[in-house]
Amino acid sequence: MRYETERTRRRGHADTATDTLARGLGIFSIALGIMEVAAPRTLARALGMKGQEGLIAGYGLREIATGIGILASKDPTPWIWGRVAGDALDLATLATALEGKNPKKENVGIAMAAVAGVTALDVYCAQTLSRESPHPLPPMQDYSDRTGFPRGVEQSRGAASDFEVPRDFRAPEAMRPYTQPDLPQRPMPSM
Amino acid sequence: MKALVWHGTTDIRCDSVPDPQIEHPRDAIIKVTSCAICGSDLHLYDHFMPGMKSGDIMGHETMGEVVEVGSETKGKLKVGDRVVIPFTIICGECDQCKRGNFSVCERTNRNGHIAAKAFGHATAGLFGYTHLTGGYAGGQAEYLRVPFADATHIKVPDGIPDEKLLFLSDIFPTGWQAAVQCDIQPDDTVAIWGAGPVGQMAIRSAILLGAKQVVAIDRIPERLAMAEAGGAITINFDEESVIERLNELTNGKGPEKCIDSVGMEAHAAGTVDAMYDRVKQATMMETDRPHVLREMAYVCRPAGTLSVPGVYGGLLDKIPFGAIMNKGLTIRTGQTHVNRWTDDLLRRIEEGQIDPSFVITHTVGLEEGPEMYKIFRDKQDGCVKVVLKP
Ligand SMILES: NC(=O)c1ccc[n+]([C@@H]2O[C@H](COP(=O)([O-])OP(=O)(O)OC[C@H]3O[C@@H](n4cnc5c(N)ncnc54)[C@H](O)[C@@H]3O)[C@@H](O)[C@H]2O)c1
Ligand SMILES: [Zn+2]
Ligand SMILES: [Zn+2]
Repeated sequence: MRYETERTRRRGHADTATDTLARGLGIFSIALGIMEVAAPRTLARALGMKGQEGLIAGYGLREIATGIGILASKDPTPWIWGRVAGDALDLATLATALEGKNPKKENVGIAMAAVAGVTALDVYCAQTLSRESPHPLPPMQDYSDRTGFPRGVEQSRGAASDFEVPRDFRAPEAMRPYTQPDLPQRPMPSM
Repeated sequence: MKALVWHGTTDIRCDSVPDPQIEHPRDAIIKVTSCAICGSDLHLYDHFMPGMKSGDIMGHETMGEVVEVGSETKGKLKVGDRVVIPFTIICGECDQCKRGNFSVCERTNRNGHIAAKAFGHATAGLFGYTHLTGGYAGGQAEYLRVPFADATHIKVPDGIPDEKLLFLSDIFPTGWQAAVQCDIQPDDTVAIWGAGPVGQMAIRSAILLGAKQVVAIDRIPERLAMAEAGGAITINFDEESVIERLNELTNGKGPEKCIDSVGMEAHAAGTVDAMYDRVKQATMMETDRPHVLREMAYVCRPAGTLSVPGVYGGLLDKIPFGAIMNKGLTIRTGQTHVNRWTDDLLRRIEEGQIDPSFVITHTVGLEEGPEMYKIFRDKQDGCVKVVLKP
């Protein structure tokens, strides 16, 4: 059984796992972003990066924007590549905190390892998504013969015109203004 | 017996439960030969409809053979009869039943007082569909107790396969009533949102009732293909603007008749109102997602009709009532008055005007039911309609 969803099929790939991973990364982005925006001072202190609170909060906004992009867009691929670029920026920024005699170097190392791990996931996800064709897959099953009409569609148009719409289901006469005199008319049942 | 039992959100299991028994002289027990999963069941599966309790048996599209009858069903029903069971339980005698308004039968909802609190008045009892509508055990099971069985049944002849008859229980009359509510005129354009099973039946009904143009709106390619096979022009709302296309198809005037066969779980990827609904729903400030209703009210031709078979449960937000009022639109809605239409529809099946089995894409045993709920909900594997064989 092919397990495809509308989303994955629309992107031209029957791969739900990558789709779920992309969404997971989107949620992660937002969560991390909120943390950076809400507590830049705590983070700066933990990483020995005092004075860089503004930068951290700015990175937080970037994370939130990317996360929303991933979750809300039809095609998350460019946004995941955006995450990869962001990861590189994060690593470069963290690397500066390794210089000199930062007493929190150990924390910075841990943070860099974590970012590197997520970067690997981001790269994997972005590459897999990029391999998908940009064209939607054709319908999985061919239902073009499922008319429901044993006599065919054309024969069936108006076949139930013997049916009289019950009085309580009829539109009031005044609200049937569309039937133009030059069009073939079905006799209107008397009200 | 085996039955599909609701345990919680997206948790339906095939359990062993006690066999049903005659509890009232008007009851009958049927041995189920076929039953189906309905889009309405998905609202329970996803738990958008309130009023379910763990242990409730699911299912309201059921047919089978009568194996036991209560003393007061005499003359109406006997052991061995082949019957389709309508999803609306009806007494056949109250003021509403006498008018043919079966889905608002005044007697069959044994929890009528709760329903009256929620809706102002009680509506009919329904099989396998929340305690607001009586909390009756459903028919996705080996046996079903049918209350008010002397009225609540559709007798069907032998010699026609289950697959052609089963949908008399719900989706065929539902699609039919949706079209009848439109009072279709020969030059009408009927736009139908949702190409699920109900939408598919509405398309066929609108064609049979002689609409000039039928337009189907969905995003699932194979459902759109099936809609096209039935004579509809299709719009993929993921790829094009529904409003623009509908106006194009009607010389800028909009469709005269609009049918919502989507209901409260409408999708609207990326639009502002969709985000708004998601947030409000998540924070429990709104229960339903009425994107389709908004679109219909906006695009419908003045003095046109909105027909709403799609199910809604509670409070809806940002409904453009200004458009509805100023354009003088008529809104018709309701759970289907199944038995009002079934004699006529059975005849049309027998005569070969229509064969509702076209919609079935999956037939499995009851044990595979829980998995099929997920596949049907997620529209995986080309799934449109699931039939279960207990
Ligand atoms: N009135 C009644 O008595 C009655 C009876 C049966 C079912 N229903 C209701 O009818 C509705 C449809 O039932 P179904 O079995 O066909 O379910 P379904 O879930 O299979 O079909 C719904 C379809 O709507 C489509 N859709 C979602 N958002 C859309 C949008 N914005 N525009 C257009 N299409 C959209 C989905 O892709 C899907 O194909 C449900 O709400 C169900 O509860 C009512
Ligand atoms: Zn149903
Ligand atoms: Zn009644």
